Amino acid sequence: MNTLFLILVALVTLGAAATAMALRNLIHSVLLLIGSWIGVSVFYLFAGAEFVAFAQVLVYVGAVSMVVLFAVLLTRRSRADIAVTPDSLSRAISAVLASAAVLGVLLYGIVFTPLRVSGAKGPSATVKQLGVELMGDHAAALLIIGMILTVATLGAVVIASNDPKAEDRQ
Amino acid sequence: MSSHPLEICLVFSSLLFCVGLAGALSRSNSILVLLGIELMLNAANLNFVAFWRYGASPAPATGVVFVAFSVAVAAAEAAVGLALVISIYRRQKSIRLQEAVRLKG
Repeated sequence: MNTLFLILVALVTLGAAATAMALRNLIHSVLLLIGSWIGVSVFYLFAGAEFVAFAQVLVYVGAVSMVVLFAVLLTRRSRADIAVTPDSLSRAISAVLASAAVLGVLLYGIVFTPLRVSGAKGPSATVKQLGVELMGDHAAALLIIGMILTVATLGAVVIASNDPKAEDRQ
Repeated sequence: MSSHPLEICLVFSSLLFCVGLAGALSRSNSILVLLGIELMLNAANLNFVAFWRYGASPAPATGVVFVAFSVAVAAAEAAVGLALVISIYRRQKSIRLQEAVRLKG
């Protein structure tokens, strides 16, 4: 039962992702990718990592999808300029061949490696426990990640607001 | 082949990684390339959670903490990447990767 549900979630996620990568319409791609990210967060819920599932929904489904949609809408030349010009077929074939080779190596590793697995009941991490871990053992990493986020966001603002016409006038 | 949930999770994340890789390699629209890279990052996070849940885990919350940090870095990466896309579009009026060939715009 559990395994069946897991396979179903995996199939929906993979189907949405693969369709998004193959479509011509950028907006449709982004919407399908939102579905795929929701599938990943359902997997996190299934695996018992509730905090990560909610973080995935907040960050990817909420924030990253909006940023991507804004980027799509800001970088089109006209109202009808959503469809992407088709890419060359040889490039698509070589990309699929390369990723199939990577997949073959990964599957070989998964099938032929003796994995050490624990029992049926996995570890449980409550939000309180997570907070203690984050503020205790991982406090330095938490501060560094805060710094990285601040600097990256400031850098993104500076890069995106850099107007070439204003530079020419100087 | 035995179908332990861990193996199913690993196969799932490998497939997701390869879908993202194929997308990032085959498309020439830079937004779609970024989205393919996001898919690959998501596949890595899936692996962290899978090994935390089913593997012989040393500490109770290590995998979850690692994924939280990884998601934060992925969010910063998406913001900077899309800012770069917008900047390239302003200078070249196109976001096709083949047309972004100048370093000094």
